[in-house]
Order: sequence, then C-alpha cells, then structure tokens
Amino acid sequence: MAKQPNKKQEVGTTGHSWDGIEELNNPLPRWWLWTFYICIVYAIGYSIAYPAWPGINKATAGFLGFSTRGQVAEEIAAVETKLAPMNDKLASVELASISGDAELNGFAQSAGAAVFKTWCAQCHGDGAAGAKGYPNLLDDDWLWGGAIEDIHFTITHGIRNEDDPEGEARYSEMPAFGRDEILEKEEIAQVVSYVMSLAPGSTPADASMVEAGAVVYEDNCAACHMEDGTGDRMQGAPNLTDAIWLYGGDYDALMETVTNARYGVMPNWNTRLSEAEIRAVATYVHSLGGGE
Amino acid sequence: MSNYIKLIVLGLVALMALIAAGNARDLAYQVNALTAALAAVAYFLYTLRRTGEPVVAADQTQYMDGVVRAGVIATALWGVVGFLVGVIIAFQLAFPQLNFDWAQGYANFGRLRPLHTSAVIFAFGGNALIGTSFYVVQRTSAARLWGGNLAWFVFWGYQLFIVLAATGYLLGATQSKEYAEPEWYVDLWLTVIWLSYLAVFIGTLVKRKEKHIYVANWFYLSFIITVAMLHVVNNLSIPVSVFGSKSVQVFSGVQDAMTQWWYGHNAVGFFLTAGFLGMMYYFVPKQAERPVYSYKLSIIHFWALIFIYIWAGPHHLHYTALPDWASTLGMVFSIVLWMPSWGGMINGLMTLSGAWDKLRTDPIIRMMVISVGFYGMSTFEGPMMSIRAVNSLSHYTDWTIGHVHSGALGWNGMITFGALYFLVPKLWNRERLYSLSLVSWHFWLATIGIILYAASMWVTGIMEGLMWREVDANGFLVNSFADTVAAKFPMYVVRGTGGLLFLSGAIIMCYNLYMTVKRSPAVEATNVTVPAE
Ligand code: HEC
Ligand code: HEC
Ligand code: HEM
Ligand code: HEM
Repeated sequence: MAKQPNKKQEVGTTGHSWDGIEELNNPLPRWWLWTFYICIVYAIGYSIAYPAWPGINKATAGFLGFSTRGQVAEEIAAVETKLAPMNDKLASVELASISGDAELNGFAQSAGAAVFKTWCAQCHGDGAAGAKGYPNLLDDDWLWGGAIEDIHFTITHGIRNEDDPEGEARYSEMPAFGRDEILEKEEIAQVVSYVMSLAPGSTPADASMVEAGAVVYEDNCAACHMEDGTGDRMQGAPNLTDAIWLYGGDYDALMETVTNARYGVMPNWNTRLSEAEIRAVATYVHSLGGGE
Repeated sequence: MSNYIKLIVLGLVALMALIAAGNARDLAYQVNALTAALAAVAYFLYTLRRTGEPVVAADQTQYMDGVVRAGVIATALWGVVGFLVGVIIAFQLAFPQLNFDWAQGYANFGRLRPLHTSAVIFAFGGNALIGTSFYVVQRTSAARLWGGNLAWFVFWGYQLFIVLAATGYLLGATQSKEYAEPEWYVDLWLTVIWLSYLAVFIGTLVKRKEKHIYVANWFYLSFIITVAMLHVVNNLSIPVSVFGSKSVQVFSGVQDAMTQWWYGHNAVGFFLTAGFLGMMYYFVPKQAERPVYSYKLSIIHFWALIFIYIWAGPHHLHYTALPDWASTLGMVFSIVLWMPSWGGMINGLMTLSGAWDKLRTDPIIRMMVISVGFYGMSTFEGPMMSIRAVNSLSHYTDWTIGHVHSGALGWNGMITFGALYFLVPKLWNRERLYSLSLVSWHFWLATIGIILYAASMWVTGIMEGLMWREVDANGFLVNSFADTVAAKFPMYVVRGTGGLLFLSGAIIMCYNLYMTVKRSPAVEATNVTVPAE
C-alpha cells in the first residue's frame, strides 16, 4: 500500500490482504446503526397500524382501519355529497334555462370542462378544435345541430353506435358510390369537381367536369346534401359549401369520401356519465363559440 | 476426440436451428433461429480448424485475462449502443415525428424502449459485471478461472443472448414483462449461460489460494445466484408452439404482476446494486490505494441488503389490484432497506476519503466519488418513493424515470467507466492511460449529462404529478392528460440533451481506451497468480 493512513494505526486491519486490498477494523458508524434501528422500529409500528401481516385466511387489518379502496371511496363520497345539491338542480331544470342562471351556469362550465378533458379530448382535441374525422366543436358548423337540446341529445346517445341502450343513437349512412358501383369512376371525378366548385375559395381540379358533375350531384347527392349543398342536419349530412371539411377537401380526400363513404362513430355517454355530467358538458360545448 | 463429439453436436444444433427456421411461424422466431444456426456454424468451423492441432494445457499460474479483455470491449461497445438508443427514444418522446412512418413496427418508440433498457442493463451492465467479476475473482483468489474455456462459452453465449433478444424486440417478440421481455427459447438459453457462469465463479472461489473470500466476491456471488432464481421464476411460461416465439405465462392477473415486480425490483437490487457493489469493493480501494473503511460494516450491510431487498418488490404496485397488506410490507421493507444500502455508500466514500488529495489529479477517483454519491442519492430517493403517500404522487410520472437514471447513469455508469479506465492499462500491459485530460472531459460531459437528465425528470415528474391531481374549488379536474404532455415538452428536450452529453462522454472514452491499447508505452505483464500474502 502506497500510503499508510493514520486511521490504520488506530483501528488496525483485519489482517488479510487480497491483491493488496486490506480492510480496516472500524466499528459501525453510530448514526448509521441508530438510523437503521429507527427505521426498523418505524416499520414495525407502521405494520401494526396498517394492513400488513398475512395469515392463513386473511392478513392483519391494522388498528387504523385503513384500506386504499376505502380511502378512494371516502374521497369520492365526500365530493359527491358536497356537490349533490348543484348536481340535482342541474339534472332537473329546463336545459335552455341553465345559461340564464349565473351560479348554475358557472358550476356547469367547470364541471363540463373537467368531463370534456377526461372523456372527449381524446377525439375532439384538448381545445375541442377536432381533427380529421372528429368535428371541431368551436365553430358554428354543426352536423347534427348546435342548439343545447341537439348537443345534449348527440352526447347522450352518440352517433352511429350500436351500444346506446335506448337505440336512439343518431344514424345515417352515405352510400359508398364507388365501392358499391352506383357511379362510374368518371362520374365520381365529375361530382367531386362540382363539389370543389361549391366551397368559396376552392377551385375544382378539372373545371371542365363541373357541369357534368352538377348533374350527377342533382341525381345522387341532393337528397341528403340539399340542392344548394348546404347539408341536412336531420341526417348529419355535412354542409359542402362552407370550406370546413371533416375528412378533407382536396381532390384525393373527396374521391375517397365519395368512393368508399365515411362512417364517423361517436360513443353514447348515457351509460358512462350521469345526467348532470352530460348536461354540464353539453353546456360547456354549447358555450364554446358555436352554440345556437 | 472430444473435438469430434463437439463437431457432431454443433452440426446437429445447426441442423435443428435450420429446421426450426424453416418451420417458423413468425418472423422473429425465424430470424432468431437463423442467428442461432449461424452461431453454431461459426463455432463449428472454428473447432474444425483447430482439430488436430496439439492441445496446449492452460498455464495455471497465469490469470485468464483474454475473456476479461473481451468483456471490457463488449461493455464499451454495448454501452455506446444502449446510450444511443436511449438518446433516440428520449427525442422520440420530445418529437413524436421521429417515429417515422417507414419505421413503424420496427423502430418506433414501443419497439426501441425495451431495446434500450435491455441494451443498457443486460448488454452494458451485464458485460461489465461478467468481465469485472472474472477479473476480480481471479485477483482476489489468486487463482486462474475454473473450467478452462467455459468462461469463453459464458462470454460468447451471453453475446448471442443479447443479439437474439435485441433482434426479437425489433421484430415484435416480447413477453411484455419489463426487463424480462425475451421469449421462452431465449430465456432457456440464458439459463444455460447463467448456470455456466455460476459454475465458473464458484469453481474459481473453491480453488482460491487466499484463506478468506473477499467481500467483493460475496456481492458478485449473491448477484449471480439471485439473478438465476429470479430469471427462472419470472419466466415460467408455456410456448404456444415450439416453432413460434409466442408463449403464455404460467401466472396470471395480480400473481403475475407481483412475480414480475418481485423480479423487477430484485433485478435492480441484485443486478444493478449487489453486482455493482462487488465492483465498487474492488476498484475503489484499488484506485484509491486505500484499505476498505470498515470490514464490519461490509458484513452487516451485505447480509441486511440481501435479506431485505427480496421483500421490497410490492412498492412497484401501490394502489393497484395488489392487496393492501402486500403493499404495506413492500413499503416498510423498502424503508428498512435505506441504511443497508447506505452502508455501501459509507464504505465507498470513507475508503475514498483518505485519498481526497487525488481528487484534483485523478479524474477516475472523481468518477468513483460521483458514482457512490449517486448511489447514495438514489437509495435515499427509492425508500422515500416507496412511501405510499409519496408514491401516489410519483407513480406513473417521470420522477420514476429520473430516479432510475440517477441510479443507472450516476451509479452504474460512472462506476463502470471507472473500472474500465482502471482495467484497460492493466489488461493490455500499458503503463498508463492514453490521456487523462480526455478522462476529465468524459467526467464532465457525463456529470453534466446526468444532472440535466435527473433534474429535468424531477421537474417534469413532480409537475405532472401535481397537474394530474389539480382540482378546482368544486373538486373538478383542471388539466387533461394532453395538457401535461404539452407542458413537459421543454424538459424532454433538456433530458435528451443530457443524454447526448452522456453519450458523447462514452464515445470519448472508447477513443481513449482504444488509443491506450494502440499508443501507450508497454510494460511487463503482471498476470501471475500469486497470493497477496
Ligand atoms: C371515440 C371518439 C369520440 C369521443 C370520445 C367523443 N366524440 Fe363526439 N364525435 C365523434 C365523432 C366521430 C363525431 C362526428 C360523427 C359524425 O360524423 O357525424 C362526433 C360528434 C360530436 C358532436 C356533434 C357535432 C356536430 O357537428 O353536430 C358533439 C356535440 C360531440 N361529438 C360532443 C362530444 C362530447 C361532449 C364528448 C365527450 C363526452 C365526445 N363528443 C366524445 C367522436 C367522439
Ligand atoms: C344518404 C344520404 C347521403 C347521400 C345520398 C350522400 N351523402 Fe355525402 N354524406 C352524408 C353523410 C351522413 C355524411 C357524413 C358522414 C360521416 O360523418 O361519417 C356525408 C359526408 C359527405 C362528405 C364529407 C364532408 C366533409 O366535411 O368531409 C362529402 C364530400 C360528401 N358527403 C359528398 C357527397 C356526394 C358528392 C354525394 C353524391 C355523390 C353524397 N355525398 C351523397 C350523407 C349522404
Ligand atoms: C444516454 C443515456 C440515456 C438516455 C438518454 C436514456 C433515455 C431513456 C428514456 C427516454 C427512457 C424511457 C422513459 C419513458 O418511457 O418515459 C428510458 C428508460 C429506461 N432507461 Fe434509460 N437512458 C439512458 C441511459 C440508461 C442507462 C445507462 C441505464 C441503465 C444502466 C438506463 C436504464 C433505463 C431503464 C431501466 C428504463 C426504464 C424505466 C422505467 O420503466 O421506469 N438508461 N431511458
Ligand atoms: C433502497 C433502494 C431503492 C428503493 C427502496 C427503490 C424504490 C423504488 C420505487 C418506490 C420505485 C417506483 C415504483 C413505481 O412507482 O412504479 C422505483 C423504481 C425504480 N428504481 Fe428504485 N429504489 C432503490 C434503488 C434503486 C437503484 C440503486 C436503482 C438503479 C440503479 C433503481 C432503479 C429503479 C428502476 C429501474 C425503477 C423503475 C422500475 C419501473 O417502473 O420500470 N432503484 N424504485
């Protein structure tokens, strides 16, 4: 060993050496030992107070009567009791009157925002601005209606799902004009060009097809999207004249829509959320900017 | 004669592997089988070329250092690979666009994450442990490794295990158990390797010429034995087909979860802690040229550590389907584990404490100090995080990730770097390292990298934990999950940058070690097996 440490003379080594490594005979540090003991005592105390030691049939329950499930249940119950009066009121008043009652409205807004962040943001986006296939809920372009009653109905029963126990999910289906051979490819290209000419600011891929497309449209599409292309909320058929696209307004996206059709599904929430929660989130969505 | 038997066996193995590849039911299995066939053929050819040559008996008065050299090289290279994948996934979390469309199903985050964890723990850490344990057990026993070329079999077999596991992950073969992802046939192979490793280690201890077994070897031995047990129990599964990679776990539900985290926690406890403590107990006193601070402490904390670690697993499953009693026990055993863990830190630091003057001149000592310091920090943090109330904040957050990496980068990384710097001049008979100032560079890059990594994860971890539970006056949630993801973005970039620094340090190390072998002045070999006294 290169340097003889002072300590070595005081406490000595164990007398062995391995490849030049020796070990000093220092005692256990006091503070270390005491902290170790304290931890052990704490552990024993804690395991008496809380559920801990397994027996043959069940484990000791601990004298504090603690259980993690019990703790959660208690917390939920406490919040529910506290909110019960407001929730009851929210669930029973006329839907349209909520926004007039400042206190109730404030409550519904914050409750609705929380529901939205938990249950709706995955599809409609954190800020409700939507994504491809999932409508933007901030604008006034509604597929199924933007009055508070419409929104409430949409959320309660959902859209094109088979899970709504009341079977009231909003339903409609655009035909798959290409896949089901209702229209020729040529005709689809024509009607797509026509649709592209409807929205302000967009230009058809092929202007020469627009005229023929108008005829195809008249025969095949107007029943749902209306003569002027402004859509039909009864059938959730989108407005095609407003440059707001659920699935995209470029040539390829439109060809895909008309050839294979789309089938947007939204879950029903009546089996997952309480009436008060559904009303709260409806109020919240209604207030986002496009409510009617 | 034995060579002919070997050739026949290898030929059969290669043939069976090819048959398996031909009948494979999935791509991962097929590629794995072909890899195994290739390995068998390579070994076959190697044996064939040496058949007929006279067999030279190994010189028992010399240490077997070739396999340690191989271990050192493998450690350094796998380290760089593992850190690189770590940096990639860190940036994938910050910029999801890096999950390229063309790489879906192979190099997206989900496939690369287990590649990272296995590469750093098993390939980098495992090779470091195997290599250093072979070195340490020989020097402190004054005996050549037992079993002749069995040590080489362990080394190459382990590399094959790593390659099989890694390619399997990329192609989608996984048991979905963290740190135990490899599928059944890879597990079986590792079992064979590991038992051979155990045999080499114990065999060497048995033929030792020193009277007592040095403390580093207790730690190594406990690591080898416990990992064997953990590995076998947690991987009990039944293959769906012998020609496919998929298997079904024997345990299910919460029993499976508990087995997994009994394994997972002890992988930390015995792989990343006990094994590395073995490393510390040899390389720290050697580098500091100081005696170990307290023999008594080393005994007490060794037994306390291995007795208590085994019970602490349930702290990974607080607030889950696990019964409360198990969770309580996991918590209290973790708290009792605090001091036994710190016993190692105290012994390390106090051993170094007589060498403080070296801190200024020797960057390797500095690495060791930082390493032991981070070990102490993460083993304080761990018991704290296992307290139920704290865990309800930290669980599922980046705080856990910060904890992991302050242990992994700080403790495991730094002590391994220190050991490699110590070993390379010795193993290649060089007078000294090529450049100490490059070691200093490595030290600073790694240290700053760790600090950036750990600090950013503490910030995001606690922030996201608080955001998840933030409610307004009426008890309604304030933040959505996506809000917390968005808020973490800047810290993710900081973490990635920290990782990049750490990786650069490791690359500098590789260069320095390479140049040491190439350029440093040679000295006479010192690998003769003489007892110390
Ligand atoms: C699984 C995805 C999904 C989730 C979750 C979801 N939605 Fe929807 N939602 C949709 C889709 C898809 C549509 C459009 C369906 C269509 O094409 O008609 C839609 C439509 C709507 C509409 C009608 C928009 C209009 O223009 O008429 C409202 C209102 C709405 N969602 C509210 C909600 C609320 C509130 C929640 C949470 C409680 C929610 N959604 C959760 C997918 C989802
Ligand atoms: C039976 C009623 C019906 C008919 C007929 C119909 N559609 Fe539709 N269309 C719908 C519905 C409903 C949707 C919304 C589908 C969804 O959201 O899943 C829709 C969606 C669309 C969209 C997507 C709008 C967007 O914002 O992305 C386009 C474009 C469209 N239709 C064009 C046409 C054209 C062109 C025709 C005639 C060839 C046609 N539709 C015929 C009901 C109809
Ligand atoms: C350059 C250095 C490194 C970087 C950038 C890095 C980065 C990462 C990232 C991004 C993750 C995923 C975190 C998540 O899912 O949120 C991760 C996980 C992990 N890394 Fe690393 N890592 C590095 C080095 C290491 C080392 C050296 C080790 C071990 C010796 C290690 C062990 C782990 C483990 C165990 C996990 C899983 C943690 C968990 O599931 O809780 N890493 N790493
Ligand atoms: C006394 C020592 C330690 C205790 C009591 C401890 C405790 C804990 C706790 C409570 C968690 C969080 C579990 C969760 O919420 O999911 C955890 C995670 C983890 N710790 Fe430790 N820790 C200790 C030391 C270490 C050390 C030294 C390392 C590494 C070198 C380490 C590596 C890990 C890893 C990899 C995880 C992540 C596991 C996962 O979720 O994938 N721990 N530890």
